[in-house]
Amino acid sequence: MNMTVILITLVLLAASSYYVGLKKSVSIQKSEKLHSAPIYHGSLLAIYSLIVSLLFILIWRLFENYLYPEFSLSKNLIFFLSLLVFLITALIVFLKIEKNFRAREKVENIIEIFLLICSTVAILITIGILLSVIFEATRFFSMVPITDFLFGTHWSPQIPIREDQVGSSGAFGAIPLFTGTFLIAFIAMIIAGPIGLMSAIYMSEYATKKTRDIIKPLTEILAGIPTVVYGFFAVIVVAPFIRSSGEYFGLNIASESALAAGLVMGIMIIPFVSSISDDVINAVPQNLKDGSLGVGATKSETIVKVIIPAALPGIIGGLLLAISRAIGETMIVVMAAGMSANLTANPLEAVTTVTVQILVLLVGDQEFDSPKTLAAFALGLVLFFMTLILNYVALNIVRKYREQYE
Amino acid sequence: MNNLKSRIAKEKRFKAYGIISITTALTLLTILFVSIFSQGYTAFQETRIQLPVYFDQEILDPNKTNDWNIIKKANFNGLVKQSIRNLFPEVSGRSNKRKLYKIVSSSAEYQIRNIVNNDLSIIGSKQNIWVLADDDVDMLIKGNINRNLPENERRIDDQELMWIEYLESENLIKKVFNKTLFSSGDSSESEQSGILVALLGSFYALLITLVLSFPIGIATAVYLEEFAPKDNKFVDFIEVNINNLAAVPSIIFGLLGLAIFLNFFEMPRSAPLVGGMVLSLMTLPRIIIPARAALKSVPPSIREGALGLGASNVQAVFNHVLPIATPGMLTGTIIGMAQALGESAPLLIIGMVAFIVDIPQGFTDPATTLPVQIYLWADTPERGFVERTAAVIMVLLIFLVLMNSLAIYLRKKFEKNIT
Repeated sequence: MNMTVILITLVLLAASSYYVGLKKSVSIQKSEKLHSAPIYHGSLLAIYSLIVSLLFILIWRLFENYLYPEFSLSKNLIFFLSLLVFLITALIVFLKIEKNFRAREKVENIIEIFLLICSTVAILITIGILLSVIFEATRFFSMVPITDFLFGTHWSPQIPIREDQVGSSGAFGAIPLFTGTFLIAFIAMIIAGPIGLMSAIYMSEYATKKTRDIIKPLTEILAGIPTVVYGFFAVIVVAPFIRSSGEYFGLNIASESALAAGLVMGIMIIPFVSSISDDVINAVPQNLKDGSLGVGATKSETIVKVIIPAALPGIIGGLLLAISRAIGETMIVVMAAGMSANLTANPLEAVTTVTVQILVLLVGDQEFDSPKTLAAFALGLVLFFMTLILNYVALNIVRKYREQYE
Repeated sequence: MNNLKSRIAKEKRFKAYGIISITTALTLLTILFVSIFSQGYTAFQETRIQLPVYFDQEILDPNKTNDWNIIKKANFNGLVKQSIRNLFPEVSGRSNKRKLYKIVSSSAEYQIRNIVNNDLSIIGSKQNIWVLADDDVDMLIKGNINRNLPENERRIDDQELMWIEYLESENLIKKVFNKTLFSSGDSSESEQSGILVALLGSFYALLITLVLSFPIGIATAVYLEEFAPKDNKFVDFIEVNINNLAAVPSIIFGLLGLAIFLNFFEMPRSAPLVGGMVLSLMTLPRIIIPARAALKSVPPSIREGALGLGASNVQAVFNHVLPIATPGMLTGTIIGMAQALGESAPLLIIGMVAFIVDIPQGFTDPATTLPVQIYLWADTPERGFVERTAAVIMVLLIFLVLMNSLAIYLRKKFEKNIT
């Protein structure tokens, strides 16, 4: 008897007990007025018995090893016991069915409890993230001091097997990763900030409804393209283009460069910036615009001197959200920016980012007691809190700004 | 005070900046699509060469057993080589012959083997069989290798070119629809590699994601929007959590999957089951947030009407509000699933990045997904793989376009519902 058979039997039983409950209440309904409709009686019978028997199985499974180890091998026993529990509960509920039985209220209570349990899953996920990341990160910090990690300038996570091995010193200074991450996010924002903002302004202030209806979905396509596709685009189009134009100017650019990754990430973020700016600009009250236009300002003067200052907090919040998106992005950088941890501000060199290193450290064989693998979780912890803080600040700015005009 | 002329010029300039930004964004989009499509469309065809195969009894079944278990050990590779020699009887010398054998794919041997397996009576007869060409030949036929380059700059030398041109003049080489791409797993030879493993992996993982995140997501949205007590600390905490989860980088969910699903619960690595579970954690907030918006936009009159006629709160929500909000909630779900389909970073961490040849039979067999396959092949410099990577991207984009069109259709329906 395996678990699937037990479950299928219970579900079949539940279906038939639904029918039995329905029958009984329908027969009562013929002579008297019921408090609840018959389907509630049937459902209550089925749901109650199913829940109680499943709970029984769950509790049995949890404790069998402690309380009754001698029974733990006997799957048949649990099968018959769970059937028994099911039938007893069904019988009790069945006997309770009469004209004043408040079946509907009980079913509705169960539904609400089910909904509440489902909504706590979000909390469980957050706890799961925190537990997994913090637990492994503490193990990492017990091997490598936290100050070395946060302020060290040398990243070379390969643990040397021999004393004098070249190129692998087991250094975990994450500063080069942070600078790489911010360099790429900065390049991306230089591209996406102006283009996204200007397109949002044009869309909301200049474009006719017809153009907006055509162009807006087109720019939104950019947001729907998977990041791995952008990564491929960076590798086969943008990086060779940058390389050959660099050669034209006499520069020697590596095929993996921060510039290529940043440019492509910028393209990816354009629709993100433009849709947030669009919302924010539309939230500026019409009377501000009308006032400015009414005293004779041109449209562009109204935008630059009235709308943008009024919308500035919202725009800044939107840009912060975009930066947090850029920091957490993985695939573009892993394909286009390279793996070597250079501490540099030169966009033409290869850099590496926090996300890339997490991936590099964890893909392939892992042993879970080496600092090399655990370092990925420490990086994950930093990444998690970095994006969390950025989002928190950004969302607060945006919310404050909205309240101001409501 | 500036004069009017310069102010108008400024206005025009400002407007032009807007147009330039939009054009830039759209141009970049066009370049992206054109570059991928121009690289990838050729991958939907493959090159085949016709070989005159003599199914020699002496090679296949010298003892006339007619028993597949004996025949399957025969030297099929030799048979293929002999057939190629029959095509070019004038080629002599070991190195020349070895070069000649390389114009067909190494899969030809297995193709011939399958033909014999399907029909043992073929032994002893002569048949013309279209076998797969080698990837270099394939690239040449598709024009990805320029024939006019000097010999030392192309992967096909003059002698091989001569053979291929002979085949072309005799109509013994042709391009057909690339069935291999859709019917096989990964391979180290680009002409034999396909995306079936990735397609199935994506399908299984998305199925798990849908089964897990759709009911939980909708239930959460319904609870928060319709049943949750207002101004309750716990409810606020749930909301904060959901909004934060929506902004957590996807790679973090991979860390969770690795630490909890793989290490703690000891689930199988590389399996679509775990992939789907990780993706569902990520998709959950992306389903909840639009579902709440959809519920919020149902006019209160509907709810109040039902309550006024004596329906209970649960009845009003499930029988009146939910049916109206369903298309809107489905829109959010489909868009969330489309994002899950394109996601790869967390899947790489839980080991769905591997060289997998065997077709997965279920949720726990190792598999990759479409975006992961793109990542894997994009690493390979061979021209044949570049072409195939672009082709996978095209397949992936087609799926995304279909899903998003469905979402747009449902959104239109929803907007009609609530007005």
